[in-house]
Amino acid sequence: MGLKKFVQEVKNGNISVEEHTNKIISEAEKTNKQFNHFNAISKELALSQAKELDKKIKKNEADGKLLGVALSLKDAICVKGVETRGGSKILSSYRPLYDATVTERSVQEGAVVIGKTAQDEFGFGSFAVNVGVDMKIPKNPHDDERACGGSSGGSGGFSALTDNTHVSLGESTGGSIATPASFCGVAGLCPTYGRVSRYGLLDYACSLDKIGPMGKTVEDVALLLEAISGLDKRESTTLPNPLGEYSKSVGKGVKGLKIGIIKEFFGEGTDKNVDKLVQNAIIELEKEGVKTKEISLPANDKYAIPVYYLISTAEASTNLAKYCGMRYGIEDKLEGTFDEYFTKVRSKNFGEEAKRRIILGTFARMSGFRDAYYLRAMKIRTLLINEYKKLFKEFDALVSPTMPFIAPKFKEIDKLTPLQHYMSDLMVCPPNVAGMPHISVNAGSSRGMPVGILFTADHLQESKLIQLGSAVEKVVK
Amino acid sequence: MKVKVDKELLLRVAKNARLELTDKEIKKFLPELKEILESFSKLDEIDVSTEKPSFQPIELKNVMREDKVEECLSQEEALSLTQHKKDGYFKGPKVL
Repeated sequence: MGLKKFVQEVKNGNISVEEHTNKIISEAEKTNKQFNHFNAISKELALSQAKELDKKIKKNEADGKLLGVALSLKDAICVKGVETRGGSKILSSYRPLYDATVTERSVQEGAVVIGKTAQDEFGFGSFAVNVGVDMKIPKNPHDDERACGGSSGGSGGFSALTDNTHVSLGESTGGSIATPASFCGVAGLCPTYGRVSRYGLLDYACSLDKIGPMGKTVEDVALLLEAISGLDKRESTTLPNPLGEYSKSVGKGVKGLKIGIIKEFFGEGTDKNVDKLVQNAIIELEKEGVKTKEISLPANDKYAIPVYYLISTAEASTNLAKYCGMRYGIEDKLEGTFDEYFTKVRSKNFGEEAKRRIILGTFARMSGFRDAYYLRAMKIRTLLINEYKKLFKEFDALVSPTMPFIAPKFKEIDKLTPLQHYMSDLMVCPPNVAGMPHISVNAGSSRGMPVGILFTADHLQESKLIQLGSAVEKVVK
Repeated sequence: MKVKVDKELLLRVAKNARLELTDKEIKKFLPELKEILESFSKLDEIDVSTEKPSFQPIELKNVMREDKVEECLSQEEALSLTQHKKDGYFKGPKVL
């Protein structure tokens, strides 16, 4: 059942929140043995929230956009008292003393927190296979030999798998909401940089991180976006602009919208079936009144990936400097000098990809290399943003597949070099580098596996993405 | 920029990042980093002399607030997540 109807039924007293919560927790516990979508299931918290809500509903005191809805959150988002590791062993046993702003706002709207979802360690991956030391890899609910996509893999996987009413909060730095949405066949919206507060998020790269909603339908995602968006005085990069009419944009129609079809992301390099399904969806949208034109995004096509990896690893290497076996998270016996102690704890508890990115990022901002790598990447980012801005003078949104292929098998991923792994972000990296909002929606399946279509809009134009996404849901069988 | 990526550079960077790499990691990372930086060197072909860096993807204004004490974690709470503490302070490894 979709969120809107569910909330209405809960308000009317036709659904017991406690019963629904028990059902979805049992489902999560049972399916986790096979699919590993959760790093932590917060049964105790969920049931106490559910009982509290039921009491209020009986007294007619309950309200909220997410009343009684089960919410899972990417492991990197803080939930007070629930183990929050960002998929890393170095944060073992860390139970935050506070809620992230998105957690707090969702709960205020009546959400029930059911757990923390599996991810690449600190978000470092495209397939959710780069999990931390001793952590489990989430599996695709459509085929457990295949990846969920990363890095918000557990969020995408469980959103697709569950039979209950549920939404999830993912986080995208370079494509980590759109990718798992595409591979798992759900809707995922990554908002404009600054639209949603990052307070209480374990930072990966501060100038790129965005928290955003994932769920079975565009309407569910729009409702969650409404609950979490907006200015936060605890987070100085949140934008003061008024919110769009997100849920009201569902089913609004798309007549007259102008869409640019990104030619670099079709044809060679893209799986034929993926190409065809996305083209078909575009044809269906044209029948609904969308105007299309082929456009080119040459600078983003060529440079967004290196720019992304240089900026993100440079920022990650500073953000991860605080994890050193002190104050919280994993600890060791206090021995040796501080350099020796920190080095020991970090070397033992960061996974391989975390080490690789820390090294790449430390290099990119080291004296002697900073201007040539980090600063140059920041300057080219300006060019990439301008390339988008010019197109958005003419177009409401741009369109392409989300990923050039369906969810790969684990044994295929094992063969990739780190560089090949990075290159798979070709279509999702550009909007992330430019802070542009984007949505991935299911456009059908190929060989039983979902294929995603990706729309990107100008800063703060999330409503247009919701209009387009819900139109795709209507026309794709 | 042409950079010679060798073991010496890798170890210098790792030391800066407070990471001790095993021989196996060195052997694996070295060619991978070479390949990555070689591929990223395509950024050198762009003239950036007149470009301003975008440290954020969207223009932000400085946010100011009054400098007054607000509610925050108590000392006891802040210390509650570690076993390494003494007399109300965090206890760390020795500096020298």
